[in-house]
Amino acid sequence: MQINSHMFQDTLYLSIQGELDEHSASYARENMDRLLEEGFFKQVIIDLSELEFMDSTGIGVMIGRYKKMKEKNIPIFISNPSTHADKIFKMTAMYQIMPKIN
Amino acid sequence: MEYKNEMTLRFNSLSVNEGFARAAVAGFCVQLNPTLDEITDIKTAVSEAVTNCVVHAYPKSLGQIEIWVGVSDQTVVVKVRDWGVGIKDIKRAREPFFTTKPSEERAGMGFTVMESFMDNVVVSSKDSGVEIVMTKRLEGKKAMLNRG
Repeated sequence: MQINSHMFQDTLYLSIQGELDEHSASYARENMDRLLEEGFFKQVIIDLSELEFMDSTGIGVMIGRYKKMKEKNIPIFISNPSTHADKIFKMTAMYQIMPKIN
Repeated sequence: MEYKNEMTLRFNSLSVNEGFARAAVAGFCVQLNPTLDEITDIKTAVSEAVTNCVVHAYPKSLGQIEIWVGVSDQTVVVKVRDWGVGIKDIKRAREPFFTTKPSEERAGMGFTVMESFMDNVVVSSKDSGVEIVMTKRLEGKKAMLNRG
């Protein structure tokens, strides 16, 4: 599990790599929060192209980050989910709060 | 049902074992020539069941988790068993977005994911612990059907 980030203009880009499950959830939570708390940006785009596995614990992690950003009125968008991640996001209605973008 | 092949795994309720458990079950199912999507569905359902054991069955202690897998023709049956605290209200636990641990950022979607990715999910809370039996029929890669 690894999380990379970069800032471009007023967007924070996060990329989640590896497997997001109960075992890696606390690492993902802490590292995403650290990145989300620093710098100035108006929106967040999370790239999932290198996310190899995710279960509903990962959805819990996403909802937690969404709630924190919502307090600051900063939207989060999802890009490049795998077929598998896409299925879980649709099933849990996650795109209603974190729209998918191309 | 008669099974062509069976296997049993038993391990400690540590989250580090989740990756091992789902990979082992997926590896065992490869003999049925599943598609990548089918394998991912099974891996995800196993991950949900094992996470339930780690988080809910043994909240404060270490326990044992047992997974049994049986395959026959194109059907996979996965049983996940623990000897933990059990589930008080199974009907409620299976409702989407229901969680007993909202403070931990839990989605409450574990059973919903299992039900969506497998054909059938039976949950029983026993005197000691919970048993989940999940069944999935694999369409597999038709052209290469296992005729062993």
